[in-house]
Amino acid sequence: MTQAAVSNTHGSEEHHSSTGLDNRKLMMWAFLASDVMFFGTFIATYLVYRGKSLVGPYPSEVLDIPITTVSTFVLLMSSLAMVLGLHFVKAGEKNKGTFWIGAVVILGLVFLGFQVYEFNHFAHLGLTPRTNMFGTTFFILTGIHGAHVTIGVLWMAFLAYGNHVGSLRKDNAIDLEMAGLYWHFVDIVWIVIFTVIYLISANDTPPPGMESILH
Amino acid sequence: MTTKSLTFPRVFPRPKSPTGIWSWIGTVDHKRIGTMYGITSFIWFIVGGIEALLIRAQLTGAESTLIGPETYNQLFTMHGTTMIFLVIMPLSAAFFNWLIPLQIGARDVAFPRLNAMSFWIFLSGSLLLNASWVTGNAPNGGWFGYAPNSGATFNPGMGMTYWIVGLNILGVASIAAGLNFIVTIINMRAPGMTMFKLPVFTWMTLITSVLIVLAMPILAVAGIQLQTDRLYGTHFFDSLAGGDPVMWQHIFWLFGHPEVYILILPAMGIVSEVLPTFARKPLFGYPFVIFAGAVIAFMGWFVWSHHMFTVGLGPAANTAFSVSTMLIAVPTGVKIFNWLGTLWGGNIRFTTAMLFSVSFIAMFTIGGLSGVIHASPPTDAQQQDTYFVVAHFHYVLVGGALLGIFSGIYFWWPKFTGWFLNEKLGKLNWFLMIVGMNLQFGPMHWLGMDGMPRRIYTYAENMGWEGSNLAATIGGFILALGVLVFIINFFVSRAQRVEAPGDPWDGRTLEWATSSPPPPWDFDEIPQVEYRDDFWFKKHPETIAEYYHNDHDEVPSGAQLDDEEGTPVVTGRADDHGHSTPHLPDMSYYPLILSLGTAIFGIGFLTHWGVIVAGAPIFIWGLLGWSMEPVNDPE
Repeated sequence: MTQAAVSNTHGSEEHHSSTGLDNRKLMMWAFLASDVMFFGTFIATYLVYRGKSLVGPYPSEVLDIPITTVSTFVLLMSSLAMVLGLHFVKAGEKNKGTFWIGAVVILGLVFLGFQVYEFNHFAHLGLTPRTNMFGTTFFILTGIHGAHVTIGVLWMAFLAYGNHVGSLRKDNAIDLEMAGLYWHFVDIVWIVIFTVIYLISANDTPPPGMESILH
Repeated sequence: MTTKSLTFPRVFPRPKSPTGIWSWIGTVDHKRIGTMYGITSFIWFIVGGIEALLIRAQLTGAESTLIGPETYNQLFTMHGTTMIFLVIMPLSAAFFNWLIPLQIGARDVAFPRLNAMSFWIFLSGSLLLNASWVTGNAPNGGWFGYAPNSGATFNPGMGMTYWIVGLNILGVASIAAGLNFIVTIINMRAPGMTMFKLPVFTWMTLITSVLIVLAMPILAVAGIQLQTDRLYGTHFFDSLAGGDPVMWQHIFWLFGHPEVYILILPAMGIVSEVLPTFARKPLFGYPFVIFAGAVIAFMGWFVWSHHMFTVGLGPAANTAFSVSTMLIAVPTGVKIFNWLGTLWGGNIRFTTAMLFSVSFIAMFTIGGLSGVIHASPPTDAQQQDTYFVVAHFHYVLVGGALLGIFSGIYFWWPKFTGWFLNEKLGKLNWFLMIVGMNLQFGPMHWLGMDGMPRRIYTYAENMGWEGSNLAATIGGFILALGVLVFIINFFVSRAQRVEAPGDPWDGRTLEWATSSPPPPWDFDEIPQVEYRDDFWFKKHPETIAEYYHNDHDEVPSGAQLDDEEGTPVVTGRADDHGHSTPHLPDMSYYPLILSLGTAIFGIGFLTHWGVIVAGAPIFIWGLLGWSMEPVNDPE
């Protein structure tokens, strides 16, 4: 009788909504809009300060495009794994679902490993957040992205476990779908970061007359 | 139902009793959360008001030594930060919480526990920010925190750290609430409640929520960048390394200008409800009022550098922002004229709520005019950083947002509490506030034109500013007296307890279609909506023909109907029983736990990273416990 009217206050048993969209999915999209503004501000800061470093190391001297292309590919593959994982969970195939969600976790960790390696390598080359404008904007932007990936990895690990023990199933696959939206968003942000930092500004050389301390 | 769910071990039993302290701590009821927002923000209103009165006391005479420069800087910083983030925004949130589910015909918001979390995080952020007074380190960089003043070189103490950490925590609360209301308004409307039948207050809430969700993250970034500069040696705003302090201004005002629309749109929504009710006419030009609100919100993203006309951006930038700023006056004017059109030919009843709303129109217009004057860069070159700006924003924030909120307080008080606020005391409250604010902020126009700078703790004797400053101080105390009358009104009215019916004002929208106060489940029967101002037209069907020439919308087939047999049920009155109590989400303490964890993180940022590590288990406890707690425990 009042079931329909109260159904919106139930968590996992969503049925009716004014648009037909699940409340949680709508919220995740709205949250991603706010995260766009968050990352957008950091990316805009990077772009404003491009070429403004007064000392080296400069981007062309430290950025390694081949290695970062591999890590980018790894992250993209993690999104593929995410799609497959959701597919199998919705199809009710538990073990394949667990495998592919687990693959997201592994690939995400590999990506983070690349980030850790890169941060360390840059520090050895003399680039830290305090060194110059490139260091400041690079480390904070990619660091915040890495934090988002880390949160995603933890969330996925939790869902992989949930799928394995049967608390994530096809009737509540929305929980995985929300995490998937988040994961794909973080991946898309990386594509933008990779393009802006690595592809566009990697050729930023020292100003004429300002040799780097490195070579 | 779910066949298997992960469960998290309970440290404490889930709150169940509808009375007692745990029923407030664990509440997920939007009405109680609204009440808690209202009480908390009113207390901060008193605090921010005292800060203002201290400022006024210091400025009354030239070369006064009542308050020294350091304390003065902290006072105006905390006054502004408090009034914006701890008063106007959460008072608006109190109204969002109370009214949105009622106005759309729902029983609660989309995410009740997230809603509770927003309140508890607001509470802890506000306490953390004000703890800075207790430790003697209140922020002193203005509510806008300009670099390099706020940076490590010139401001090495803890003060600005309190500001950044406090605001970031408050931002989380706001964003979560914004998300909640967006989903609620879009997705939880009663059958027949199409978007263009929504009350204007609901529309303004939706638009404001979108602004919050998009603008607050920008402030978060600014704060993070400033804090890494201050503590970890980054160079975001460090000109010695190639950074640019003006970048702070760009990022801050990219947030800051949408923020002022976040501050004013809810009050405009309130006024758009009160005026039609006490003019006994529908709002004039409903689609225009809504569209103007959306246009203001959209255009508000393109004006930010009008705060930076004197910083040296150059004539091209200044011209562009000058034009966009002048243009934004257009949709604002559209709203003003539609409100006037609502009043025109109406059967006007001057209740206290109506007085506040009508005076809102006048006071906000004055503030808007000084704003448009600022829009000209050459004129602004004289006005920037003078009291003319202070006059402008106090007219729109006190004369606008605050008067609108007080209108809402008097309007919806009977609905929230079940008893009336005394009208005589209310009118006295109103009168003192109007006289006070005009006496306080009116003279600031000519003080500014005469060149009195902002943010100075004193001024020389021969400037000729003492008279106007004295008038402003007297005005400030009259305004404070008005607030005191409101507090007295509360106690007197509560003692007298004149009972209020469900519909004391012959209201138009759905919140009046249930008892005062509403039952926990809001509506005994979910309304089936056919018209805009559906409740009014169902009460006064003889007026339908005047406004609806075509057939009204039928309740859409396939809409959820509120009866076992599936037949439409007409909007019920509060005493139409016959259904058992609708069941609502159970209480939960996890929102509080998560907020506690967040607060501990904040304290860690202010003290030592070890505190963050120590707080992590509490945060994780809150997060995991919440995610594994069903909305309702199995019966």
